[in-house]
Amino acid sequence: MRLNCPVCGERDRREFYYGGDAVAMMRPAPDAGVGPWDDYVHLRENPAGQTRDLWHHEAGCGAWLVVTRNTVTHAIKDVALAREAKR
Amino acid sequence: MGYSGFRVIKEGLFGQKGWKPQWRNPEPKAEYDIVIIGGGGHGLSTAFYLAKEHGLKNIAVLEKGYLGGGNVGRNTTIVRANYFLPGNSEFYSHSLKLWENLENELNYNVMHSQRGLINLFHSDGQRDAFARRGNAMINQGDDAELLDTEGVRKHLPYLDFENTRFPIYGGLLHKRGGTARHDAVAWGYARGADQRGVDLIQNCEVTGIDIEGGVVKGVQTSRGAIRAKKVAIVTAGRSGQVAAMAGMRLPIESHILQAFVTEGLKPVIDHVVSFGMGHFYISQSDKGGLVFGGDLDFYSSYASRGNLPMKEHVMDAAMTLMPMIGKAKVLRSWGGIMDMTPDGSPIIDKTHIEGLFLDCGWCYGGFKAVPGSGFSLAHLIATGNHHAPAEKFRLDRFRTGRGLMDEEGTGAQHNLH
Repeated sequence: MRLNCPVCGERDRREFYYGGDAVAMMRPAPDAGVGPWDDYVHLRENPAGQTRDLWHHEAGCGAWLVVTRNTVTHAIKDVALAREAKR
Repeated sequence: MGYSGFRVIKEGLFGQKGWKPQWRNPEPKAEYDIVIIGGGGHGLSTAFYLAKEHGLKNIAVLEKGYLGGGNVGRNTTIVRANYFLPGNSEFYSHSLKLWENLENELNYNVMHSQRGLINLFHSDGQRDAFARRGNAMINQGDDAELLDTEGVRKHLPYLDFENTRFPIYGGLLHKRGGTARHDAVAWGYARGADQRGVDLIQNCEVTGIDIEGGVVKGVQTSRGAIRAKKVAIVTAGRSGQVAAMAGMRLPIESHILQAFVTEGLKPVIDHVVSFGMGHFYISQSDKGGLVFGGDLDFYSSYASRGNLPMKEHVMDAAMTLMPMIGKAKVLRSWGGIMDMTPDGSPIIDKTHIEGLFLDCGWCYGGFKAVPGSGFSLAHLIATGNHHAPAEKFRLDRFRTGRGLMDEEGTGAQHNLH
């Protein structure tokens, strides 16, 4: 698997650390209650198909990336900088 | 149907034409008391124990492919009870006891071989941790023996003991640990369930779960609607998708775990051995192939195949621990879909929908749990009460934070196990 880092270009999977589902960017308010926090920390769509997850270009530029990827074929559809994807 | 050495010779002489299927291939009925979704090890053992232990008859197992075609037919076949935490410890202890009587119970040769499992350690700190684990196992009533370097050398003379980076300080020997023939486990349970009247329905994919007023009423399948009073979801890596049919989101991510097998070799590895400083564990099948595995690829996936970095890691670890393995040729590798929970421990529980049960989250350890999981889920379905050895496998432990079982001590969040 290779990821096309927007900063560095296409790089080997070994350079990246997998940061989990991109739901991590939607942190609820501290006082949102048990339900939203359970949703955020534990519960997952876990799709067989397109998913969005976070990868850290650990051995490269250090950027956090949002990768749109197919969990069945491992095809990468899109890689964006997390700080831009969040806006 | 009887099996014997005589029968094998006789069939060999007459063109193998006398063998009969080991179970029926029934059409689905319109209604069952209990429908189990998933014809893998856990689903089949659940059906078997429902029939055997609770005398229930009107049961169907629905399998979208063929019986035992998922993770029960593709794993590293290790059977052990060396868990540490309350919750896990008593469950796997119970499961191992079921294993020890499984061949009698099923009248089926599952080739359960208690050849001994040795977890190696490579530092003083790791020795302390394994000593503590061994004590927990003994307290649970299971067996554990702490070996020093010389003790390990007597069992495993072929290891690289003086490795500069990871010298071997000793190992924790679990004599009742071992392996079993994975396919035979699925087939034995399937035959046993079928003989007791369970309908095993293959090529029958569940496409919907019917719920009315918070009560489960049945399932929609590729072979028509089936009504049911109780439905159990036992679909491992696909749990998320099946639960979504009931409007549920689960604390589960599906990940790849790879395993490998070499060409057949003469007997060389007598035990199950695991490396303590890299993810690598190995045993030798009765056919002669070295069967070994590593860690997850660590990204969510349903691809059933892994990537090269983890292959490289596993091979590195193998060469570090037992350099002799470098002469063996890898025949094939494969990847299974693991239903990973945040704390790395499983779920056997009711759901908020009446009559709907859940058995999932076996992470990368489902094979050894096949008897225990089926036994405990059958108890829950039949009696409505949790079976004592599995009573801590609650679904709500994540939401409440009470009763989390983080066996690896890495934290109860996704991607940490």
